[in-house]
Amino acid sequence: MSDLRSPIARARGLGTARDGTHHWWIQRVTAVALVPLTIWFAISLIRVAPEGQAAAKAWLASPVTMVALILAIVAGFWHAVLGVQVVIEDYVHAKGWRIGLDMAVKFIAVGLAVAGVVAILRIGFGG
Amino acid sequence: MSLAGQRGTRPLSPHLQVYRWQLTSVLSITHRATGMALAAGLVWLVVWICAAASDAQTYAWVAWFNGSIVGRVLLFGWTACLFYHLFNGIRHLFWDAGYGLELKETYASGWTVVAASAVCTVASWLIAGWA
Repeated sequence: MSDLRSPIARARGLGTARDGTHHWWIQRVTAVALVPLTIWFAISLIRVAPEGQAAAKAWLASPVTMVALILAIVAGFWHAVLGVQVVIEDYVHAKGWRIGLDMAVKFIAVGLAVAGVVAILRIGFGG
Repeated sequence: MSLAGQRGTRPLSPHLQVYRWQLTSVLSITHRATGMALAAGLVWLVVWICAAASDAQTYAWVAWFNGSIVGRVLLFGWTACLFYHLFNGIRHLFWDAGYGLELKETYASGWTVVAASAVCTVASWLIAGWA
């Protein structure tokens, strides 16, 4: 034994039986939410994307779009962050890089999600 | 033998390239790859929304890029990734609920996902009139 710590000390911080499935579960919750949101998004974008800025703004300013797209952005980034985290954990073996990259992804995702929401609100409320 | 010594002599599991390609494993890694591509696509979605909220010149630049060859390839790729990840994600949710786990069923649902993704991707571009 090269490790003098007790078994409980080694297990601490690695998750418990109670919250061990939290990451997995939130990925499913956001996945279920994203099913209708993605279908709505795809159908809407087919109609809106080929048009110009005026049509894009009109679409983004409608109450249904504001609500659904903000939900889609929040659920989408949350789902993406959880997925990217697992990929980083699988392929990045150096602990410093793994933690640093994961943190960077989370900061960028939150920043972009807030930027997207602010842009939608700005269009919707005529800023 | 010490733990460090054991590490060097432990048998390794066979490497990835010795396995025969099969639909189930290809679709599995494709789900992960499309997920990563869609994470990048989300970034571009936010750029597009911010450009729409910005002035005409900024929007024109984003619209120009979307219309360029590189932009079109990316957007077509993201469309395919979106439909694939959506349909295969639904397949995953059924598995999580305990359905469709028999080998025959996984192949049937797998080919369904491939066909549905292809049809929806092509149909979207035809309807949008960019193709």
